[in-house]
Amino acid sequence: MKASEIVRLLDADVLAGPLPDEEILTACGSDMMSDVLAFPKERMVLLTGLTNPHTVRTSELLDVQIIVFVRGKLPSQEVLEMAEDAGICILSTKHTLYEASGLLYSAGLPGRLEMHS
Amino acid sequence: MNSLAYHEEFPVERGDFGAAGEVSAKIKRTLKKLGFPGSIVRRVSVASYEVELNLVIHSLGGKIVADITEDDVTLTIADRGPGIPDLALAMSEGWSTASEEVRMLGFGAGMGLPNMKRNADDFDIQSEVGVGTKIMMRFRADPQ
Repeated sequence: MKASEIVRLLDADVLAGPLPDEEILTACGSDMMSDVLAFPKERMVLLTGLTNPHTVRTSELLDVQIIVFVRGKLPSQEVLEMAEDAGICILSTKHTLYEASGLLYSAGLPGRLEMHS
Repeated sequence: MNSLAYHEEFPVERGDFGAAGEVSAKIKRTLKKLGFPGSIVRRVSVASYEVELNLVIHSLGGKIVADITEDDVTLTIADRGPGIPDLALAMSEGWSTASEEVRMLGFGAGMGLPNMKRNADDFDIQSEVGVGTKIMMRFRADPQ
């Protein structure tokens, strides 16, 4: 799925860019970074309500390309700058985690890929 | 003969949550620079971050030693205590002694040690209460 399609489906604002050109292959929705770390995937979008710097740090280590902050949550300037430095795109949507996940899933973005394939 | 040999030691301090992940990010950048495949880099990064978080959250401080050759990446971790009383329990998914504060930051789901083991090709842990914990993780550069 194209990043622009994710922006459109979630009616999201781009807080830090640019949107990645590469196709997004999969998604993960969680407020627990421990759980995100347990299921690393390639070219992933992370949907979360957790706006602290550890969300960006976890994403950087996992090569997450887009972070979507749900329920209209806005991260601090520090978090946005960390994301810019790490080359991670940050979106914000008014949808809840459940709704945002459902919108992407029903549009065909899968939740799991084969690990280490 | 191995032409590539990288060795570096990184101290990790207890409770230094602001810095947690910096060591793993350095190791990741080094591996990328050396041209390791993305899948290996990600596995090392995940395991390294998990162990770095464990050092910050649970230990009295310690260090991560990274040894990189053309054939493999080895992370050797040693802390200054307090040691794990029941290793089998600590290795089970979902078991955690992390504080509510740590959980509010998005960690402490009890997935750390099993996740390290899952990502590494070789994994060894030894722990003694009152002494400390040692972990060895090896990742083959060319997985079978």
